[in-house]
Amino acid sequence: MYRYTDFDRQFVRARAAQYRDQLERHLRGELPDDEFRPLRLQNGWYVQRHAPMLRVAVPYGELSARQLRQLARIAREHDLQDEGLPTQRGGFGHFTTRQNLQFNWIPLQRSADVMDLLAEVDMHGIQTSGNCIRNITTDALAGIAPDEVVDPRPYAELLRQWSTLHPEFAFLPRKFKIAIHGAAEDRAATAWHDIGLTLVKNTAGAVGFRVAVGGGMGRTPVIATQLNAFVPWQDILVYIEAIVRVYNLHGRRDNAYKARIKILVRAEGQRFVDDVNREYAALAADPATPRLQQAEFDRVAAGFTVPPLAEARSDPVHEPLPAFERWQQRNVHAHRISGFRAVTLSLKRPGLPPGDVTAEQMEGAAALAERFSAGELRVTHDQNLLLPWVPAHELRALWLAAREGGFATPNIGLLTDMIACPGGDLCALANARSIPIAAAIAERFDDLDRLHDIGDIDLHISGCINSCGHHHSGHIGILGVDKDGSEWYQLTVAGSDGSTLSGAPAPGKVIGPSFAADEVPDAIEAVIETYLAERSSGERFVDTARRLGPLPFRRAADAVRRATASA
Amino acid sequence: MQFIPPEQDALAGALAIANDTDVLALADEIRGHTAVALHFPKWTDGRAYSQAVLLRARLRFAGEIRATGEVLADMLPLLRRCGFDAVQLRADQQQAHAERALGFFSTHYQSVPPERAATGATR
Repeated sequence: MYRYTDFDRQFVRARAAQYRDQLERHLRGELPDDEFRPLRLQNGWYVQRHAPMLRVAVPYGELSARQLRQLARIAREHDLQDEGLPTQRGGFGHFTTRQNLQFNWIPLQRSADVMDLLAEVDMHGIQTSGNCIRNITTDALAGIAPDEVVDPRPYAELLRQWSTLHPEFAFLPRKFKIAIHGAAEDRAATAWHDIGLTLVKNTAGAVGFRVAVGGGMGRTPVIATQLNAFVPWQDILVYIEAIVRVYNLHGRRDNAYKARIKILVRAEGQRFVDDVNREYAALAADPATPRLQQAEFDRVAAGFTVPPLAEARSDPVHEPLPAFERWQQRNVHAHRISGFRAVTLSLKRPGLPPGDVTAEQMEGAAALAERFSAGELRVTHDQNLLLPWVPAHELRALWLAAREGGFATPNIGLLTDMIACPGGDLCALANARSIPIAAAIAERFDDLDRLHDIGDIDLHISGCINSCGHHHSGHIGILGVDKDGSEWYQLTVAGSDGSTLSGAPAPGKVIGPSFAADEVPDAIEAVIETYLAERSSGERFVDTARRLGPLPFRRAADAVRRATASA
Repeated sequence: MQFIPPEQDALAGALAIANDTDVLALADEIRGHTAVALHFPKWTDGRAYSQAVLLRARLRFAGEIRATGEVLADMLPLLRRCGFDAVQLRADQQQAHAERALGFFSTHYQSVPPERAATGATR
């Protein structure tokens, strides 16, 4: 993991002090709500249904056991309220698709204290919200994947540093998300980002970036278009500076729904490309413009070495156990280093919303990381935790311990490993609840044999068109919509995040008018049954859905409507 | 950072530039002025930061760059780094808050072009 320097620590503490000053002025009535809002947002503080929501940055998803223990302490001591249903009293966190962690119940008065607690473990909420450059995300298998060409983590860290409190780009037209990956497989959904970066090597072996721009979800789903096939790594910060400057000057500010860079890229077309190239050329021609230096890169990259690992031994001989085999098949992943494995701790289990962890579970996961994975964890884009450094001979012991902690559901990549936003239970923006829908589907598909038979499938649920649950890219997408003050759900099929399994990135296709909440599990089941009936041998859901188109799925789902009429 | 009192005309003696103007297209006109006034119609509209950066780094404008419009105390650190050297705060803002806002950070992760031109920063 990246190791914080004195500079980093001093910087985070300065930010916490600055925030405390702003909060105190606000609480004294010297800083009105409207003017405090953008300031607190840029430190991760939203105000949601019940209390402020704090989004803690987990840069490119890397988390230490020590940090996770501190997050558990914050959950236990600060994320609390005295009244309400048990599920409304806090004490838990929620991992997001952007590899961050959210708390929902911390009173605003305590927010500066919590920032200090985060700073104690080199954490913060800087730029996890607001119209600025957000947390940089990457592949959860970065640095350990066998198919990796270049480890993206040092570059992600350099981007984190460059973008942190960048004074020119603090008030962009809209939020700005950058994802980076460096493997054959894109596990970071880069095509869906404002800037999607792919690390590549050219024929001479030099490292650079393929740069795509203008992807995004929301009301207008757009796949990013390639802007440059190869930007040398030394120039990537300058190139991104040129892109963001053009966006800052020309992005629309008259309509929040048309303010993302995707709209500018689409509206301007070649003119946008020309503007970026002109700005980049002007920067490059200026001798004062700094390029990244090898020494700087080496200093940062030194933090991303392989941690001291227990020596891998040969696998002990165990009596075969089908449950263990199944877990290995779904939750254990190949590793770049022989004798090691990456293991996903599933946060998709009965009784808890996708991605949620209680304080006790955070401590449980931290203990697993300490015992089995050199004290390191990753937050995955799919809202699970991953242990990156597990010796293969420890798998059986890890499986037993993970089962104890409720982390061993063998469902990674299966239907119940769904992505879901917090939805209307917690989020003030949502049109509809996500959590009860996720729970109803998980209950309907609780049979493991059936789940494994259905096979690989991405089910994504968003409670509103802001698309935090990435419904557009789900093989099955569920979108909460509001009609006359009640909750309805629109279903899509054949969306793709751009992974090899999912195919070229694309938004899903709608299958008919919205469904009532209690129709959704039946409709999903009808869609799944259609797939099972129609699939050819070995064909995955997304391939069948793409081959057949939405119509057969629509017919099947229409047939189970009760409250709603089919159109 | 120079503070222009609220009762004073912040545009006096300056070329006023709207925040949707391409400053690079005004290169000739700007050369004849010793001061430029950039505008924040809303304090969360960040275009003028990039305009100031281009004035300093691309056009090498060495005169005064003023921030006018809805300028709030908490903007000061950003304004200073992007090349502004004079501000007229919105009338209800306290100069003491603005000065305090300048004091939280002594160093930064990145350089913006006006800082590079001034210091030859390494990054």
